[in-house]
Amino acid sequence: MRPPPGGGRQLTHARPVTEIFGIPVSVIFGQLMLGLVNGSFYAMLSLGLAVIFGMMRIVNFAHGAFYALGAFGALFGLEWLGINYWVALVVSPLLVGLLGVVLERLLLRHIHGLDPLYGLLMTFGLALVIEGTLHQFFGASGRSYPVPAALEGVVNLGFMILPLYRAWVIVASLAVCFGTWWVIERTRLGATLRAATENAPLVQAFGVNVPLLVVATYGGGVALAALAGVLSAPVILVNSQMGSSVVIVVFAVVVIGGMGSILGSIISGLLLGVVEGFTKVIYPEASNIVVFVIMALVLMVRPAGLFGKE
Amino acid sequence: MKVRAFTSALAVSCGLLLGGPALAADVVIGDLDDFSGLYADVGGNGGVEAIKMAISDFGGTVLGRKVSVLTADHQNKPDIGASKFREWADQNGLNVLLGGSNTGVNIAMAKVAGAKKVPIFHIGPGGASLTNEDCTAYSVHYVYDTTALANGTATAIVAEGGKTWFYLTADYAFGTQLQAAASKVVEEHGGKNVGAVRVPLSAADFSSFLLQAQGSGAQVLGLANAGEDFTNSLKAANEFGITKKMKPAALLAFITNIHSLGLQTAQGLYLTTGFYWDLNDQTRAFAKRYFAKMQKMPTMDQAGFYSATLTYLKAVKAAGTTDSDKVMAELKKTKINDMFAKDGYIRADGVMIHDMYVMRVKSPQESKYAWDYYKLVKQMPGEEAFGPITGLCPLAPKK
Repeated sequence: MRPPPGGGRQLTHARPVTEIFGIPVSVIFGQLMLGLVNGSFYAMLSLGLAVIFGMMRIVNFAHGAFYALGAFGALFGLEWLGINYWVALVVSPLLVGLLGVVLERLLLRHIHGLDPLYGLLMTFGLALVIEGTLHQFFGASGRSYPVPAALEGVVNLGFMILPLYRAWVIVASLAVCFGTWWVIERTRLGATLRAATENAPLVQAFGVNVPLLVVATYGGGVALAALAGVLSAPVILVNSQMGSSVVIVVFAVVVIGGMGSILGSIISGLLLGVVEGFTKVIYPEASNIVVFVIMALVLMVRPAGLFGKE
Repeated sequence: MKVRAFTSALAVSCGLLLGGPALAADVVIGDLDDFSGLYADVGGNGGVEAIKMAISDFGGTVLGRKVSVLTADHQNKPDIGASKFREWADQNGLNVLLGGSNTGVNIAMAKVAGAKKVPIFHIGPGGASLTNEDCTAYSVHYVYDTTALANGTATAIVAEGGKTWFYLTADYAFGTQLQAAASKVVEEHGGKNVGAVRVPLSAADFSSFLLQAQGSGAQVLGLANAGEDFTNSLKAANEFGITKKMKPAALLAFITNIHSLGLQTAQGLYLTTGFYWDLNDQTRAFAKRYFAKMQKMPTMDQAGFYSATLTYLKAVKAAGTTDSDKVMAELKKTKINDMFAKDGYIRADGVMIHDMYVMRVKSPQESKYAWDYYKLVKQMPGEEAFGPITGLCPLAPKK
């Protein structure tokens, strides 16, 4: 390979700037911001995974596919039915969540209580079917989804230009993440849910409909993935593979946070987004693997993850 | 029972006797491409359709033998591409391989072509190394290469005053070769290369890399990537207001990319292409037939799949054999004239020399009908586009 002239990663600057470790401060703040945006998606996706695993012991490999379905739902709602972004933000996750409910009743129900490996294989198969179907009908090229009019434009933060929409992503995802955390950890419904995970027969004996709780949990987790899909639609091009590229990273995030730990998945999602962002400045070639390196390190030191209990 | 066994044995042997001579082996054309990833819409199923159109236009047979097609997804993995190619050559009587997207995969497949003595037409990859360091006696680089892209787009932009360049480079053979070619052109024309950032293939988010580009203060943002990576990075550059300060240069863009970006985002881009559907009556006629099947206009790669298939079949017919050496000799002495190339020819190093087109993407106001996306800036003669023989390929010493 010929080395590219001017190659490498050197940055030259027209004016003198403050630097930390040779990186201009403006670049650091910029990457921090972008890392938070990406981390928001990681957090929201890993949150759904954590909820599903925590309550059902299912490693939901179809999570990425539901994320893609959420985005496609928004796209076709707009193109075919003229449904705007704000409506899609509610309707698309609801529909995809409903699909999750149907799939739980039809398929996942039968492997309840078996080794998590069965759930992993079944959801992996589901993911292949969903992504294959999307690919068959819509091809591999991404389609662009317009940024909603109210969130068009940019904010000049001084160190960078932040599109308003990305700021909205951070706000929306933080609200959703902590809302979910609050419901599960701080409400009566959440307490029942957690109790049902610990001892389903006992909770059922108290007159709680446990199968309904389980199916609602799966539907809710899936809807969270779809919501992340709708949120990401204006940021990236909507395509059938958008889920498979992100789901592996999200799994690593869940493992780092501690399987089933809600708060762990939120915090590690945001954190890893930021770490990834900085890697893109310091050594861009490694930005795709840094999350996995961290995962390996965490597994060596704390096999249950940073926030895991076991 | 005995009688029935006897009759069936007789029937089978009759079948063998009668069918034997007529069942001469098919002429087998292979297509290894990305059918599921970031390049799938550039070639992919559209490429297969184009091959089938060419076979049917040729009459379906050559030398009295049926022409058949094998396809497989190389998943952008060099080992899969190379092993599938080897398998087809050993077990399926493969006569020619059409290599789809991805320079890395095509470099691996070229090595197999040399070892198995099976001609390979590189349709989708850009890397000019395929006819330089990585050339073989059986290689043809058919549609475009990184040299031609740089000579087209980079020259046009430097001439317009874009003197300082920062590159966003796909981190594999294609990206680095494209960056190198563009850097060379920029320097030759008095410009300056300020820096580059190498981005992993199929990155989910380009904004971090773009911010670094902006920090460089360069005038031109050289996008040395392709497919979905190109569209995603340009989309993000628009969103972050980077295109207001830096002029984006599409070092490789296909019409399907422009289609998914939309003219609002893509307008004003310069790009270099080997084919555009709306060039003349012949291209329009082909595009119309293709569109009827695929509901999309053909990319230069898909048009290249069509043309390359025809070119190969014509050479087989003229040579009267599928023997690789004889077909290669025939290929290198014939002019190529079809809807894709005018007086094209395959040079000693394997480059198919044909005119390239520097285009500017129209604004939404300029675009008058569906897929009316490009305005022709310059038709570059093949020799100018692909440059002189470098001497890096042992088959073609520098003159």
